[in-house]
Amino acid sequence: MKQIEVKFFAVLRDVAGVPALRLEMPDTATVGDAAGILAERFAGLGRYLPRVGYAVNRSYVKADCVLQDGDELALIPPVSGGNL
Amino acid sequence: MNKAQANSDWIEILARPLDVGRVSDMVADPAAGGIAVFIGTTRAETSSDGRELVALDYEAYEEMAVQQLHDLARRARAKWPVVRTVIVHRIGRVPLSEASVAIAVSAPHRGDAFEACRWLIDTLKAEAAIWKKEIWADGTSTWSGHDRRT
Repeated sequence: MKQIEVKFFAVLRDVAGVPALRLEMPDTATVGDAAGILAERFAGLGRYLPRVGYAVNRSYVKADCVLQDGDELALIPPVSGGNL
Repeated sequence: MNKAQANSDWIEILARPLDVGRVSDMVADPAAGGIAVFIGTTRAETSSDGRELVALDYEAYEEMAVQQLHDLARRARAKWPVVRTVIVHRIGRVPLSEASVAIAVSAPHRGDAFEACRWLIDTLKAEAAIWKKEIWADGTSTWSGHDRRT
């Protein structure tokens, strides 16, 4: 097993109700697996996932990225944007 | 990139009002013939159901956003002959008319300064891990990008 730290920002922090948490996962678990677990734990999170990006240790990654023990996974909702 | 270039980018995320008058001074350089400055401010808005905007609350994933802004400055330097870059972003509550972001770029010629500055703000808005919440006069708030009015 490995332990990762998950960080939530903006609308996702409001949905989760916490800014961060620790997650125990199997050694082969990916970012997508972690997102699935979080969507089960927090009602309402799942509907945001199609537009959420993922960062591991402060760099953007894809959902198939395999997590390492001690990784910091951040769920990144759409950023501030703005019209030109 | 040599060491002098690495030292010529100034990146900050601050939870206090930005000193926007200072950013052009910070990029002044004998090698530059032009300085372009962009300042993003909170604009008054009325929601579709008649609420008035009073402020924007900015939040950042600070450790990541600082890295991203440094990376943006490096990428701009790869595209244009930038002399110095300053990017400062405010977080927390930003009332109407006040600045949330200021970018200054100096370059040997004005065209490059304008283009680099425009690219920096557009790319920052599209990529940086910074979010804004709209604060309305009736006490309600909405995360920008969600429940978005058209």
